[in-house]
Amino acid sequence: MSITTSKSADGSVLTIRIQGRFDFSSHQEFRDSYENDESIKEYLIDMRETTYLDSSALGMLLLLRDFAGGDHANVSITNCNSDVKKILTISNFEQLFAIK
Amino acid sequence: MSAKPLKILIADDNDSDRMILQAIVRKQGHVVVTAKDGVEAVEQFKATAPEIILLDALMPRMDGFEAARIIKQLAGEELVPIIFLTSLTDAESLAQCLDAGGDDFLSKPYNRVILEAKINAFNRMRIMHSTLQSQRDLIAENNDHLLQEQQVAKTVFDNVAHLGCLHAKNIKHLLSPLSVFNGDVLLACQKPSGGMHVLLGDFTGHGLPAAIGAMPIAEIFYGMTNKGFAMTDVLREINQKLKQILPVGFFCCACMIDMSFARGDVEVWIGGLPEAVIYKADGELIKIPSNHLPLGVLTASRFATETYRYEMSEGDRIFMWSDGIIEARNVDGDMFGEERLYKVYQDEKNPSHIFSNIKQQVHNFIGEGERDDDLTIVEVEMVAEDQLGIDADARLSKSALMGPVNWGLSYELRGETLKDFNPLPLLLHVIMEVPGLRLFSGQVYTILAELTSNALEHGVLKLDSNLKATSEGFAQYYALRAQRLSSLDDAWVRISIDHQPENLGGVMSIKIEDSGEGFDYSGFKETKMNKDRYSGRGIPLLASLCRRFEYMGAGNVVEAEFAWQPE
Repeated sequence: MSITTSKSADGSVLTIRIQGRFDFSSHQEFRDSYENDESIKEYLIDMRETTYLDSSALGMLLLLRDFAGGDHANVSITNCNSDVKKILTISNFEQLFAIK
Repeated sequence: MSAKPLKILIADDNDSDRMILQAIVRKQGHVVVTAKDGVEAVEQFKATAPEIILLDALMPRMDGFEAARIIKQLAGEELVPIIFLTSLTDAESLAQCLDAGGDDFLSKPYNRVILEAKINAFNRMRIMHSTLQSQRDLIAENNDHLLQEQQVAKTVFDNVAHLGCLHAKNIKHLLSPLSVFNGDVLLACQKPSGGMHVLLGDFTGHGLPAAIGAMPIAEIFYGMTNKGFAMTDVLREINQKLKQILPVGFFCCACMIDMSFARGDVEVWIGGLPEAVIYKADGELIKIPSNHLPLGVLTASRFATETYRYEMSEGDRIFMWSDGIIEARNVDGDMFGEERLYKVYQDEKNPSHIFSNIKQQVHNFIGEGERDDDLTIVEVEMVAEDQLGIDADARLSKSALMGPVNWGLSYELRGETLKDFNPLPLLLHVIMEVPGLRLFSGQVYTILAELTSNALEHGVLKLDSNLKATSEGFAQYYALRAQRLSSLDDAWVRISIDHQPENLGGVMSIKIEDSGEGFDYSGFKETKMNKDRYSGRGIPLLASLCRRFEYMGAGNVVEAEFAWQPE
């Protein structure tokens, strides 16, 4: 399990990449990945290499969404495998995030 | 003088000449047979098989020239030196002796010193010729033997590194090995979920050493793909295996694709091979350059699995090739090159002819040129899933009938173990041995994760989800979790899992008990997801994923049933 980040050239888009299992054990690392930068306008969660997630991971995604401005937040979740997508769908996350 | 006497045939119609020669040769220690004319000479040759022949040119009945021709023909591959005896001295006649198959000539009158030297010289040549021949025969025999062994090994190799579903209707391929074994490997396998993995690998070198490396690749590729592993998992495993078994300096350039016919996209990993190409039905050409090191170079921790993903519509094609195609050389030593390759895409208006056109162009280009590498090219077309021409039943029976499907286990975590051991990877590993279930690994993980963390966090540690109402509370919750875990004593969580087959799939029953006091679970099923809360999603998730899900007893026992069927 590891979380890596990268910023777009102009510094406005932050890509957070989650590898492996996304669960409570990564909550500190996940928070640290975005909390210290106020200049970000758009967040991209890249789940290309995310194998599993549980309900605490859903909570963490919501924490990010609220940090990023709640209903005005610009957070997308990309490259989910079908299982991850199913969990997000059951939880109606497509109403809160742009899931690509 | 050779130690072993030679049998020498002397043919001469002149009795005195013959006698003189016979005497000289006998004195030198050889055995002599004689003939009075060409007909006799041929008969004596057949009867006595002499090693060297001294043949008079002009004789009655059949002259020496004719006799020489017949004897040489009879001798076949064996070298029987013929020295013409002649009183003729004009160049033309002497040349005629050699033209008729003679190896040398000796002018009358005979000089015994020269005669002896010639006999010895031709005997050396005869021995050398016969040594060469027996060595050639030995080499040919060994080579036959080797080829035969290779054919047997090849059968084994082909069974392991079989072509998988390369016969699917959407795949065209050319595998043209330089020797019996191929240093290029081309594998295709349909995924249990219906998509397709295709891998083209090009080992350093070719022939047997390269082919040996191809065997583990094929095993891993087919084994893991059949079990439903993702492309990146397959690549990671292959890389690790090759890194482990290949000597330094040997590796495998590769390109692997994961094509989803349902989603209409393709994921591409490419390391060390020439760029792959997507050719859209509308003529657009997308080049996908290699962005990784070949397989078997990097250690597992440094191996990267970033992939490219492209949308593909029906009729779009992806091409992969080994550098053997681009570096194919013609008689002049020029390379086929990318320019010629891409020109085919510009010139060929019918997309379905591109593959055969490239094949033809490379073939024409090489012409009589020498091949120095294996040639491999593959085209995979995006089609509707039912157009693949692969027997769906065969696929299902393969995935559903093999492997453990009927079993149960109980796993109890106590004291220390409960504090710092996550049982999920281990359990998941066991569960995923159920063929076909891997497709649902994400759901199985979520179910197990929810149930066990509920048992631990709420049952054993008595943590309250309401803490998670704020960002700070969220952190506090997990801080408290760590704190209570560390002071844990005598607690346990027992996980029982049972799997039974059902139709083509199965039912997994999970029972989790904990040493906590339980809770009042009346009405827990009515829990709804509240989008403003950071917690409370576990129960609705479980209710949605499981066929049956209920708390029992004091609330410290929960049972859930997950039923699955292949799609």
